[in-house]
Amino acid sequence: MTNSTLDNDRAGPRRREALLDALAALLSLVGLADAIYLTVEHLSGRSVRCTVIAGCSEVLSSSYATVGPVPLAALGALAYFTAFSLATLALFGYKGARTLLAALVAVMCAMSLWLLYVQAFVIQHFCQYCLLSAAVTLCLAALVIARRLLQRHARSR
Amino acid sequence: MKRFLPVVIIIAVLIVALGGAAMLMREPVSTPSPALSTATPTQRVVQTEEQPVHFKGRIDAPLQLEEFGDYQCPPCGQFHPVVQRVVAQYGDRVRFSFRNFPLVTIHKFAAEAARAAEAAGAQGKFWEMHDLLYERQQEWSKGAAARPFILKYAQELGLDMNRFTQDIDGAVAGMRVAQDESVGRIRGVTGTPTLYLNGREVPFEQFMDYDKLRAVIDAALAGKS
Repeated sequence: MTNSTLDNDRAGPRRREALLDALAALLSLVGLADAIYLTVEHLSGRSVRCTVIAGCSEVLSSSYATVGPVPLAALGALAYFTAFSLATLALFGYKGARTLLAALVAVMCAMSLWLLYVQAFVIQHFCQYCLLSAAVTLCLAALVIARRLLQRHARSR
Repeated sequence: MKRFLPVVIIIAVLIVALGGAAMLMREPVSTPSPALSTATPTQRVVQTEEQPVHFKGRIDAPLQLEEFGDYQCPPCGQFHPVVQRVVAQYGDRVRFSFRNFPLVTIHKFAAEAARAAEAAGAQGKFWEMHDLLYERQQEWSKGAAARPFILKYAQELGLDMNRFTQDIDGAVAGMRVAQDESVGRIRGVTGTPTLYLNGREVPFEQFMDYDKLRAVIDAALAGKS
């Protein structure tokens, strides 16, 4: 096998890995926008009112919406921003960033699952913005797992 | 240069995120509903054949505050002490009225609680039950059933329990709640709490905080003098 064939063999998986990193960064931006919106709404008290159709007021005015004086959404925004930063660094080849991103996404995923449980069984109402955040986190987790599998597959070849 | 590119991107996103958050915070807080924004001030006060509303204060007070509320709605519970402070502070200058607007699609005990207040009202204890329902909202609204708590409150208030248990499921209480709801719908109420001051809707953000509501009330008083 020539060097150029080897390079071509490696370039494919690398491109796919980079694509997954880029997707993770973009998804983190979606989560960041959602979390910022929720934080602002919480701090300004805008969407706390109860309305006929949505359960956001119940979720956002519950005791689970804050950690002490800090809105949970603000912590979410911080987590998404960190995830975006790590995905961007991974995209540019910073190797340690991938491990940190995987660890962060695991924590975010666990937190999202717990919050889904709280919405379903404790508050018994769902907030669509919180559901969007959970979906983004689960997609991030899927991307991180897919990237790991891709990496392992490339190594084994 | 390429080495610093990710850092530049991250910083750019941080700036955009903070800028976006600041812009959202500065967005005008009051967005009147289309129905209200197209109506003239006189049209906002809808004249209907309304039942006598529950109110506190002088009927001819210069400040006519009217709340559409849902006893199971958390923000309504948060607003309750604000109203109590306003009533205590402004005394004879304010008349506070309450109308039921139970959001039954999202609050399973809201209609029952509204009927409980009306049933207590039939024995002259509407406001006492109203206060208890709001003050103990966390207690009765979180369990599997609200009725045992409501009956306990009725006992605490010294109500005739036979009459209360009949009235709470009776036609009169149900009709009073339904009438309040229909008045709310005619006025374009879509959420709770909704507050009117002298017939005009007060933006939500301006009445949940006591100091902000006081500023709105003082402005209304200054306009009248």
